[in-house]
Amino acid sequence: MNEIAADGLHLWRGEAHVLQGVTLSVSAGECLQVTGANGSGKTTLLRALCGLVPLEAGHVSWRGTDIRVDPEAFHGELAYLGHDNGLKGDLTSAENLHYAVGMRRRIGRHEIATALERCGVPAARGIPVRRLSAGQRRRVALARVLLTGAALWLLDEPGSNLDAAGHALLAELIAAHAGAGGLALVATHQALGLPAGAQRSVTLQALTGQGTAAREDRP
Amino acid sequence: MSAARIGFLSAAALLAARDLRLALRRAGDTLLPLGFFLVITTLFPLSLDPSLSLLRDIAPAALWVGALLSSLLALDLLFRDDGQDGTLEQLALCAQPFAGLLLAKTVVHWCLTGLPLVLVAPLAASALGAPNAAMPGILAGVLLGTIALSLIGAVGAGLTLTLRRNGSLLALLVLPLAVPVLIFGARATALSIAGASPAAPLYLLAAFAVFAATLAPWALAAAVRIGIE
Repeated sequence: MNEIAADGLHLWRGEAHVLQGVTLSVSAGECLQVTGANGSGKTTLLRALCGLVPLEAGHVSWRGTDIRVDPEAFHGELAYLGHDNGLKGDLTSAENLHYAVGMRRRIGRHEIATALERCGVPAARGIPVRRLSAGQRRRVALARVLLTGAALWLLDEPGSNLDAAGHALLAELIAAHAGAGGLALVATHQALGLPAGAQRSVTLQALTGQGTAAREDRP
Repeated sequence: MSAARIGFLSAAALLAARDLRLALRRAGDTLLPLGFFLVITTLFPLSLDPSLSLLRDIAPAALWVGALLSSLLALDLLFRDDGQDGTLEQLALCAQPFAGLLLAKTVVHWCLTGLPLVLVAPLAASALGAPNAAMPGILAGVLLGTIALSLIGAVGAGLTLTLRRNGSLLALLVLPLAVPVLIFGARATALSIAGASPAAPLYLLAAFAVFAATLAPWALAAAVRIGIE
């Protein structure tokens, strides 16, 4: 029952019918990779699943309840990583995590240090995010997702700017999250490198050259 | 996980602390609107015939046009950075009432850009020849006026969040709504300087501020949601 389900999502962006009846579901302990060509609507789909973009038709449900019924309860179990890292350049990594995660749950200094270390940027703790490299910022943003302690991860191109070790770390984090009963929806072009069976994938496919529907890729 | 969920007030306090810290790190940007206000109000006496009666006549206009333009200038600081670096969408997803968080941001914004205007208003007013007896009326007027201006302006800033050159459109959106503040504020100041009771325009200003505080959070949340869509 611990699952997110999208049913017949339709969404227009101006003249373009971006999502044309996307239906998918993810259950506990599962990772769903969303692939598709540039402009096929991966980001839009993830933002629609968050509830950031209102849908024209269809609905998204979390544990059997429409997410519009109690968005705050849903967001409490959701960690979203978008194209933007959601970090303030003028604050240090530790301050960023303190404020961003602290608004959701109580968090201690030690926990922040541990998460930064797990994400391979222990030295970034006291450095303003503005002075970090793009890859390091992405790792700090991953530490935020990790610290949120949410059951559902929606990650949009989480591997952008990451090096090879970063991609391995990402696969490890997602596998650990799924192993602990969490759910992950990852929009990415690259293979995630998860062990076989730990992951399903759907491709957002162009229907009319403008819009997309989801097609499950069966191995 | 829900057991460890944090209350709204703690979350809002944390957000306020974050914004104060950011403002401290960019003190120049934060103080710019205040400097602008001081420059406008001091240029008036310099550019006019320095007779006290003339200065007193134009004092309300100089003070309030200065306050209005300065608060318009300050609006750029409110949501723009948060919108660009993605922290605003994280706020929308942090499982706290969005309208409340945006109101907290606006309150901090007022403390950083509106409150300083209130504090220097007596200085600017005395440079324009206002008698000391007029100060309480002027202070009360600027206090209520900047609160209303911050709240109205925040809605406009939310609506123009995604536009690249949002400054001119923001002014077009906000200025008509801010006209009542300008009228009643200037009237209160003029009455105070003339030695009369400014109670009537002050009551209207207060009503306007309460009205803005009641409706702005919801309008703000709706506007910013459209902006980050």
